[in-house]
Amino acid sequence: MSANEKAVVPPASDTVTIEVDGRKLQAKKGSMVIQATDAAGIYIPRFCYHAKLPIAANCRMCLVEVEKAPKPMPACATPVAEGMKVFTRSEKARESQKAVMEFLLLNHPLDCPICDQGGECPLQDQALGYGKDDSRYDEAKRVVPDKDIGPLIATFMTRCIHCTRCVRFGQELAGVMEFGALGRGEHTEIRTFLDRSVNSEISGNVIDICPVGALTSKPFQYKARPWELDHHASIAPHDCVGSNIDVQTLRGKVMRVLPRVNESINECWLSDRDRFSYEALNSEERLRVPMIRRNGQWEEVDWRTALDFTVQGLRNVVERHGPDALGALASPIATLEEFYLLAKLVRALGSNNVDHRLRQLDFSDDDRAPLYPALGLTIPELETLDAVLLIGANPRKDQPLLGLRLRKAARRGAAVMAINPLDYDFTHRLAAQVIGKPEEMYAAAAEVVKALGQMGHTAVGEASWIDALSPRPEAERIAQALMQANKKAVLLGPFALGHPQAAGLRAAAQRIAARANATLGVLAEGNSAGAWVAGCVPHRGPLGQPADRGRDTVAMLNEPRKAYLLYGVDPELDVLDGALAAKAMEAAEFVVMASSFKPSVYRSGAIGYAHVLLPLAPFAETAGSFVNTEGRVQRFEAAVKLYGEARPGWKILRVLGDLLGAAGFQYGSLDEVRAELGVPSLFKPTALEAGGAAAPLHTPLADGQLYRIAEVPLYAVDPLVRRAPALQDTADNPRPAARMNASDIKRLNLEPGAAVVVRTVMGEARLQVQTDARVPEGCVLIAAGYPETAMLGAHGPASVVRT
Amino acid sequence: MRITQNFRHYLRAFLLTELIRGLAVTSRHLFARKITVRYPEEKTPQSPRFRGLHALRRYPNGEERCIACKLCEAVCPAACITIDSYERPDGTRRTSLYDIDLFKCIYCGFCEEACPVDAVVLTRIYEFHYEKRGDNVIHKEQLLGIGDRLEAQIAADRAADAPYR
Repeated sequence: MSANEKAVVPPASDTVTIEVDGRKLQAKKGSMVIQATDAAGIYIPRFCYHAKLPIAANCRMCLVEVEKAPKPMPACATPVAEGMKVFTRSEKARESQKAVMEFLLLNHPLDCPICDQGGECPLQDQALGYGKDDSRYDEAKRVVPDKDIGPLIATFMTRCIHCTRCVRFGQELAGVMEFGALGRGEHTEIRTFLDRSVNSEISGNVIDICPVGALTSKPFQYKARPWELDHHASIAPHDCVGSNIDVQTLRGKVMRVLPRVNESINECWLSDRDRFSYEALNSEERLRVPMIRRNGQWEEVDWRTALDFTVQGLRNVVERHGPDALGALASPIATLEEFYLLAKLVRALGSNNVDHRLRQLDFSDDDRAPLYPALGLTIPELETLDAVLLIGANPRKDQPLLGLRLRKAARRGAAVMAINPLDYDFTHRLAAQVIGKPEEMYAAAAEVVKALGQMGHTAVGEASWIDALSPRPEAERIAQALMQANKKAVLLGPFALGHPQAAGLRAAAQRIAARANATLGVLAEGNSAGAWVAGCVPHRGPLGQPADRGRDTVAMLNEPRKAYLLYGVDPELDVLDGALAAKAMEAAEFVVMASSFKPSVYRSGAIGYAHVLLPLAPFAETAGSFVNTEGRVQRFEAAVKLYGEARPGWKILRVLGDLLGAAGFQYGSLDEVRAELGVPSLFKPTALEAGGAAAPLHTPLADGQLYRIAEVPLYAVDPLVRRAPALQDTADNPRPAARMNASDIKRLNLEPGAAVVVRTVMGEARLQVQTDARVPEGCVLIAAGYPETAMLGAHGPASVVRT
Repeated sequence: MRITQNFRHYLRAFLLTELIRGLAVTSRHLFARKITVRYPEEKTPQSPRFRGLHALRRYPNGEERCIACKLCEAVCPAACITIDSYERPDGTRRTSLYDIDLFKCIYCGFCEEACPVDAVVLTRIYEFHYEKRGDNVIHKEQLLGIGDRLEAQIAADRAADAPYR
């Protein structure tokens, strides 16, 4: 609907004039009557028509009278024609709408009082507005058994009116044919093929588009009524898209999250992660009051005591070991203002050890880094690309709404190519793909550089090792596709950022982009862009100003600090090398954790190494700003009041700054913080400077060893998502296992399901073997971000031995 | 004209007709059947439509009727009903909280009108009091208790009124 509302009036040659209910309208040639009337604000009832979906014209609700047409015509499938006269409320139109509504209601149960759609149901509304007051149907209604299609969507299939919006959504947008209409006539059923669950990462959108209560939200089931919910505009924190969300609350509790329409970011869609992560806000694991550990005993205390204890502890360490003994790690889902204040606080204490890049391993090109990891394009521009090279990126799962845009580009004919550690399941065809372990990925990227050089007949003039490469056919195909395309981009994903030689990979990507004249985009985690501009990186101050170089995440953990300030971080799970993080924390004298959640023995050892727990307000309870991958700054306000004694992060940091005697922490409001930082509405992206690409490091594998790939699945990325029960139960979040391809399993003399011990230099984990055809030869995929696998560290050699 | 009016006026005044008419009313009531109700020993008759204290009803098999549709909460002009709903382990939609603030309630009966399953009803009880602050909010168990106690009467009243609905 809104897509058309915003459309500018096209030039006259392109339009026709039609008359609707006596009003003259300009409509684009080839558009449908319903699109013209929607743009003009004339409402025609509909069920199957949706502005973002292909037209099916199967519900017949939008029947209108067209002059000279013998029968009423469906407005959604009738193209406009010059001089066409349409009557939407004439006797004939009304009669046909009423007749259609009577048919639609034949089999629809009268269970509105227990239906979750009640109150926001197009069928309910339109039955009232366009239906008859009575039905002549006395026969038995048909009953369709409900299906279990996963933990996110509840089904009541008897209510279905077969509009096929969900089917078309899967086909056209999600790219996975999960729903289908089986059977004919009375026996038509919407169901999943072979009764499988619906596993799309954007499956929650079918709840929104379902015009009846057939598909509803399972976590929200029977929780509240739409009319009693308060609406709060907010921004989703979990990926770099910055989806606009509507946080709906009842009596101070978040009940559900729905998308807010923003055509230039998330359109009307929302990823499941953003939609269902709210469950963590009401989790029983929430930390209610500040806690301190004195003489080995945890006590619940008031804020004053906790803050004094914190200040005392930090002062002790700084006095005894110097300020450099302090390190701060922030979660990438913190707000821009929190990042700024945290960095300011740490720097005020004389330390520069502050970082938010918890899943990166290689920081050697920090000086060449742009102002922030930027897409370099606007999000809608992704749809217009002709060629995209994804390096270590799986946007379908990592940034589902960007994946949606890329799929649209691919369907238009764009060549999407990938250099990835796993053979990810894309929802579109790939023009070329290289799958390999990290060093293989790096080599492949370098080969593309070489191939581009050969093609451009320019001296390669690169590091000698790149000159010496002979590109494999895939690399040449990638180079060719990039050269031929008009609009193109090279995108580095979260896996590329966490690559052991990320700096080299970035340099190679920069060269590919420069040679192919493509945009280089980076898809970082959460609000990483905000952290960069706020100066929450060890080598730069706010807005990219130079600062004395401090220690990055890995350096902070490799050379353990005496005190750590953990801001919304579960060290074992949020740091890629969880084992290293755990070791550093255990060795520290004083660990302050600002966290929304209580440390659980299952998830982390924090109960043993932390000294202070400060209850931190998550995004729904605090105000702030998120900077998305375009550099767009989006402010949001708190949706609900604070849980227990939790406090907004910026207030905690302000008071800590004050108590520690740092100057300039007397902020009265968040606006003062923003004014001091100087926040524009859009941060202009800057380019990554060209730099040397180090030769790929070859990781030697001993006999029988495999290369462990530590990938972070989409429902393990941050503390909130990890505590959202419904998301944790989805098929996208399988239990961690040692995943190998069939030939490796055979070579190691194992079988799927076998219990094995995986050993790395850092530690070991007991897992099950699973076959995963996506994993390249000689590798084992063991997800990071899970307590079961935290002790394995990051990527590297691992031995898999039967227990 | 004027003279005749004056004459009538004086005639009425001197013959005490108004006084006699007044006394006639008094004496008629003096001997008429008394309608004073000696409450609380005696009570006035009630219509089956009487709207007093609320109750929640059950089906004959003991299952509570209320399905937590929240229509009563939505229709209540005094916003005195508070409901929390949940999915009972058997998969049905039920209330986990059903509170009525009797201080706020104006006994309009809209909740009963709105109820699709005849769960919330207004009974004939009008004599109740509170001894503690907070007692004015009655909860689901109390409401179900009232319903259980008065089910026969409630059912009879609904049946009596059914032809007019």
